[in-house]
Amino acid sequence: MLATAIIMFREVLEASLIIAIVLGASRGIAGRGRWVAGGIGLGLLGASIVAILANVASSVFSGDGQAILNAVILLSAVSMLTWHNVWMSAHGRQLSSEVMAVGSDVQSGQRPMTALLVITMVAVMREGSEAVLFLWAIATSGEQSINMILGGLGGVIVGILVGLLLYLGLLRIPARHFFSITSWLILLLASGLAAQAAGFLNQVGFLPALGNGVWNTSNILSQDSLIGQLLHILVGYIARPSGIEVVFYVGTFLTILLLMRTYGSKRGSRVKVRESPG
Amino acid sequence: MKRLLFIFLLLPLAAYAADADFTLTIKDQHFQPSEFAIPSGKKIKLLVENQDAMPAEFESYDLSREVIVPGHGKVTVFVGPLEPGIYKFFNDFNHDMQGSIVAKPAVN
Repeated sequence: MLATAIIMFREVLEASLIIAIVLGASRGIAGRGRWVAGGIGLGLLGASIVAILANVASSVFSGDGQAILNAVILLSAVSMLTWHNVWMSAHGRQLSSEVMAVGSDVQSGQRPMTALLVITMVAVMREGSEAVLFLWAIATSGEQSINMILGGLGGVIVGILVGLLLYLGLLRIPARHFFSITSWLILLLASGLAAQAAGFLNQVGFLPALGNGVWNTSNILSQDSLIGQLLHILVGYIARPSGIEVVFYVGTFLTILLLMRTYGSKRGSRVKVRESPG
Repeated sequence: MKRLLFIFLLLPLAAYAADADFTLTIKDQHFQPSEFAIPSGKKIKLLVENQDAMPAEFESYDLSREVIVPGHGKVTVFVGPLEPGIYKFFNDFNHDMQGSIVAKPAVN
């Protein structure tokens, strides 16, 4: 029962933390809850479809198919997080001044609602398909299945609670620092997801590994440990990364940062100019 | 996007079991063999065959590999080219199931 709980906890944790960060970062955007909820719903639907495909059509859903699907999912999350962050760096200043006024809406620019939807959808879909597959297998395995399902559900609940804690923690950050901290969180998150995508693309053979084990810190901080796993999800910690993972991590980090700086500062100054006379 | 994903799913039919370089079996919640050697510096096609009813997820942090093997299913996964060394793997659905790949220079 405990083993099942731990497995499900691990599966749920990534999606839970990503959603917490995205919910925190989009604080002040009206209607975000509906889009995030929609994303979770679509994600569960997608996860179930993938799980069924994996079970029914295992020959079609080969190792390569899984890896490509994972890479596509991860890269779409990265691009949406990038869009979200760039939009936030352009409008965050305005948002943080309006965040106090409950119900106020941001008037300028197209809000990254699709980004919220897609990020939550793919976050749920990625680990969710594994969770569905696993739970389904124990549900149909017969003996002891009630215990194991209860354990699994317990793991899911604890995973969601950890995300909730992170979200509540984020809300405690003073408004002044809020958007800079959440945008750094998203920047690191997106870089980590890009590195994971590189791993999958290498798995299929689309990308060279460029050396396996640029460094190995497994002895210092194992990726299997809870802290190692948390850092893996949040900032993309990999104990023994391949060269291509490092390249993707650094490349994504610098690209998003550059986009935020150029797009953000331009828009930001325009907003400032507009605001100063009044 | 859904349609795109579906096309992606159907594309990679290339991997077939017959020409795998090495077969790793999952039976009674154990990897067989739990440790095996492969030549370093070479890309290896690994066939993971799950003889149990429970699905498994062949995963390795050391190799950045992650692949679901359905109950009574087979999946191929490419490994390497590896530098000489030990690379651990495990079943993400049962962390008691561990194993390692030892990459060694091939003897001519």
